[in-house]
Amino acid sequence: MCLAVPMEVIAINDKIADVEIGGVTRQVRLDLIDAAPALGDFVIVHAGFAIRRMDRDDAMETIKLFQEGLGLELI
Amino acid sequence: MNSFDAFKDPKLCRALLDRLLAEADQPLRFMEVCGTHTVSIFQSGLRSLLPATITHVTGPGCPVCVTHESEVACFLELAKRDDVIIATFGDLMRVPGPKGKSLKTAQADGARVEIVYSPIDALAVAAANPGRTVVFLGVGFETTAPAVAATIRLAREQNLKNFRVLCFHKLVPPALEALLADPETNIDAFILPGHVSAIIGAAPYAFLADRYHVPSVITGFEPLDILSALLEIVAMRKSGQPAVVNAYTRVVADSGNPVARAVMDEVFVPVDALWRGLGLLPGSGLVIREAFADFDAMRLPGVTLPDAPPLAGCRCGEVLKGKMAPNECPLFDKACTPATPVGPCMVSTEGGCAAFYKYKLDL
Repeated sequence: MCLAVPMEVIAINDKIADVEIGGVTRQVRLDLIDAAPALGDFVIVHAGFAIRRMDRDDAMETIKLFQEGLGLELI
Repeated sequence: MNSFDAFKDPKLCRALLDRLLAEADQPLRFMEVCGTHTVSIFQSGLRSLLPATITHVTGPGCPVCVTHESEVACFLELAKRDDVIIATFGDLMRVPGPKGKSLKTAQADGARVEIVYSPIDALAVAAANPGRTVVFLGVGFETTAPAVAATIRLAREQNLKNFRVLCFHKLVPPALEALLADPETNIDAFILPGHVSAIIGAAPYAFLADRYHVPSVITGFEPLDILSALLEIVAMRKSGQPAVVNAYTRVVADSGNPVARAVMDEVFVPVDALWRGLGLLPGSGLVIREAFADFDAMRLPGVTLPDAPPLAGCRCGEVLKGKMAPNECPLFDKACTPATPVGPCMVSTEGGCAAFYKYKLDL
């Protein structure tokens, strides 16, 4: 039930944002998010609310650390 | 390849798995406490690839499954009222209550039950039905509770007089404590729920390492997240230095989400709560504060938490504590299947029994 999906912010109107993933768009509320997202940011969406902004740089950094640690070439 | 797909990159996962196979030389029984982790571990095939030394145990991570028999009986009673419309997440529809009744059968008997994707959608149901009381069933952990709290605040802003929440939200850390305090559960480590942690952060789990010396890792839901969490756990056990590690930093801040917590705290207050299988756990549930009493379905006249006996023959309670694997239950794949579920762990797609049945890896 705690399933939450990263979706890209494509429009912001006060406390409501339009978000999109794979061609699906939805409106989500921003009442709960702790850092205001910008257009193009990914937010984690749960039950119609954005609950966190996803840090893409952090995601890339994690992958890079694994690749380096495992001696794999960059993908 | 984008940054999200990389978290399921087969080459990277294989390399991590090889490392895990090399390093996991002592027995490890780890528990996850999130339905999304349960499904991910089965669906990705990880469960069948893990080293023989590592045992995956699925815990009380499915909110529908831990909803107590009395709570199910309570909302089924409410659904019978002519002046009530129940609004609910779809997961609850088939959860069995006393005498084989469920919201699905209540609907067939004439009850009005609306499935909503978001609690916000229940506000629209209330606005469209001024002559009835719309009761949203507030089930879920810390991920979901802030969304329901924000919805109650919006109902007040919109001056909706016919919207209420039946609040059965539950909190994850007290359940972990109850599991560790039980000497029969034998849990060596936890994989902690990523989206619950996005709200509460890492601090509420500190007792796992400090008092119980159990290592734990907050992680995401892709195969790479889970494999790296297991590697981290294995390393902590080798070093003899258990801690709470946040390995899902792309989503979870160590401090969680203080805005969501503030909304949750404004509307709800923790109380002792009943869990299926685990019983009454101190401070493990949320109820609606006095200030929002007008939105509390529990305060409607005649609403009570009835005594309800456990479902006959159902061992969901043991499954939820990790004391029994789903396929060890005498009813599994016999009287109890997803088409004819006896207990909630077979009903919910996130339930341990349903996942075992669907993937049938250990049979």
